[in-house]
Amino acid sequence: MTVEVHDGEVDIVIAALQPNLTPFFEAWRPFFSRFHVIVVKDPELAAELQIPSGFDVKVYTKSDIQGLLGATSIDFSGHSCRYFGYLVSRKKYVISIDDNCLPAKDPAGVTVDAVTQHMINLKTPATPFFFNTLYDPYRKGADFVRGYPFSLREGVECMLSCGLWLHNADYDPMTHVVKRNQRNTNYVDAVMTVPLGAMLPVSGINVAFNREVLGAVMFPGLRIRKQGNHRWDTLEDIWNGLCAKVVCDSLGYGMKTGLPYVMRSDAEAGKALESLKDWEGVKLMDDVLPFFQSVKLSRNGVTVDGCVKELAGIVREKLAPKNPVFAKAADAMEEWTKLWKSHGAQSA
Amino acid sequence: MAGTVTVPGSSVPSTPLLKDELDIVIPTIRNLDFLEMWRPFFQPYHLIIVQDGDPSKVIKVPEGFDYELYNRNDINRILGPKASCISFKDSACRCFGYMVSKKKYVFTIDDDCFVAKDPSGKDINALEQHIKNLLSPSTPFFFNTLYDPYREGADFVRGYPFSLREGAPTAVSHGLWLNIPDYDAPTQMVKPRERNSRYVDAVLTIPKGTLFPMCGMNLAFDRQLIGPAMYFGLMGDGQPIGRYDDMWAGWCVKVICDHLSLGVKTGLPYLWHSKASNPFVNLKKEYKGIFWQEDIIPFFQSATLSKECDTVQKCYISLSEQVREKLGKIDPYFVKLADAMVTWIEAWDELNPSAAAASDVAAENGKAAK
Repeated sequence: MTVEVHDGEVDIVIAALQPNLTPFFEAWRPFFSRFHVIVVKDPELAAELQIPSGFDVKVYTKSDIQGLLGATSIDFSGHSCRYFGYLVSRKKYVISIDDNCLPAKDPAGVTVDAVTQHMINLKTPATPFFFNTLYDPYRKGADFVRGYPFSLREGVECMLSCGLWLHNADYDPMTHVVKRNQRNTNYVDAVMTVPLGAMLPVSGINVAFNREVLGAVMFPGLRIRKQGNHRWDTLEDIWNGLCAKVVCDSLGYGMKTGLPYVMRSDAEAGKALESLKDWEGVKLMDDVLPFFQSVKLSRNGVTVDGCVKELAGIVREKLAPKNPVFAKAADAMEEWTKLWKSHGAQSA
Repeated sequence: MAGTVTVPGSSVPSTPLLKDELDIVIPTIRNLDFLEMWRPFFQPYHLIIVQDGDPSKVIKVPEGFDYELYNRNDINRILGPKASCISFKDSACRCFGYMVSKKKYVFTIDDDCFVAKDPSGKDINALEQHIKNLLSPSTPFFFNTLYDPYREGADFVRGYPFSLREGAPTAVSHGLWLNIPDYDAPTQMVKPRERNSRYVDAVLTIPKGTLFPMCGMNLAFDRQLIGPAMYFGLMGDGQPIGRYDDMWAGWCVKVICDHLSLGVKTGLPYLWHSKASNPFVNLKKEYKGIFWQEDIIPFFQSATLSKECDTVQKCYISLSEQVREKLGKIDPYFVKLADAMVTWIEAWDELNPSAAAASDVAAENGKAAK
């Protein structure tokens, strides 16, 4: 399948958690330069951003966030600031990569164009109803295998593309500490659809999605009490991904995981030990996952927005009694649907 | 260390050979020349050859292999009337080998499959990888985005609940094929030149609740955990369908594994599939299956097993009843198949009287899903 990517249909959204973005932008220049780039500066970052010239870039800062949204219960600090970028984007697709990730090289030494790969993932069908053992059947050189029902070969539209990371993998702080020298060097040359009903931990480090359809569920809902700027101090993307998967499953959309890889730097690796004492995530996921595995949205939901509202209600009813962070998550989800309606639900 | 395979110059822990715990089951109608290439990897193991077709033909087994061979006469003699459940003129007959094996693990391979090379040019020891897959847990309850977390160099990713990190016992290891891919006849006809040259360096667990097309060309399983469900159905001579034997087994196996909280892995190892069978012949065999699978898949997707089904055999009998009731409406073949499924279990239990022990193992290892 040939896939065309038009300049005007993609926004690149980057959360700036560090001031000097020059190495980042220079490395991504071949792949970013034809697109509009939205940079959202972490409201808690004081220093001025350094961004090289030659990009169509718009920077949003704390005052822009406050100016546009006014008083909102959603906390856009740290990694959550990128979601503001999703609100203000006017494009059909968004690609978002952490600012400590550079383009990776594949086993042949070729630099990976993560942007194009994400777009291929989003513009070719997903196949959630039956697992294809040769992975993505639409890829060149592959197809559906024997035993794959023909009625399922059209697939469904893919709404979320979850990429991976070489070098510094996205581990929780315990694993970072115990395996401090482990680096991910395994380039797995596959994209696959996450099956219907299967849940997965979506890492926000390297994602892309159809903003027009899925935007209403792409929110920073779950905030752990000691949320920090290291990825291992957050679960907001994991929560976001689980909500998105439930909604996609309910509405007949697909999600893919696998390629593209980005190269994630070591910058954070050494500090995981500090997070261990207070890391709430250990216990939270033991409640979160069973909830998402068993949640069933009603057949009435036909829009993402409707599904989110329903899901927020169920979160409030079933999870909130276990931990106040879940009540806050439900609040944030409901707040997001309002913000999305006022500011996000528009296209170019 | 005796009884293990060591990777030279590597700090990777060695995989046990399991030479007394694993049988290699090979169906054949032609010859076993392909074994020569596999000799370095297969020679320590006991082979069970299931000879399909004309029993008067003599199949020569290469020197130096320890084996038992069964032809149709043997199958009839051993099973008596129950032999009706074993297919004739179809590689589905291989499941007879599963039944007579006395080992914990079975690896089955087609006689047109050879040793493949990995991207570094090294010969792939497929059997060793299958053993690794079977001896390490599966993770069916939550998808790990870095695939097999137990693999050297990998782990569970952030967000993976710690309570699930022990995983579930692995019942099946499903390998893949380079060169001739396992396509159905229509795809083969449209893409006669397509070859699978993509080496995907991953093993992953197929999530609970998800069905898949299981190919019998390169397959290993824990006989004690799931053996009775590995019935390859009624195919070939006298049957309206062929080339759906492994598919049928795979759907039954996955439903039962999901119910008993056992894991199914797919991915590595690769082997080199050398022969593309005649697509016109394939089309004739598969034709009905292509239509029937449209109903069969939804059937398996909605099949349920009760809490009382706490052994593989009970699960399988329950499935056979559902097949009879629901799929029997599509074609009388499924009524015959349901009967054969029951016959298979009877034969299995007869030949494996410690099946009671196997039941206990299954009940211990897996909990019936709610």
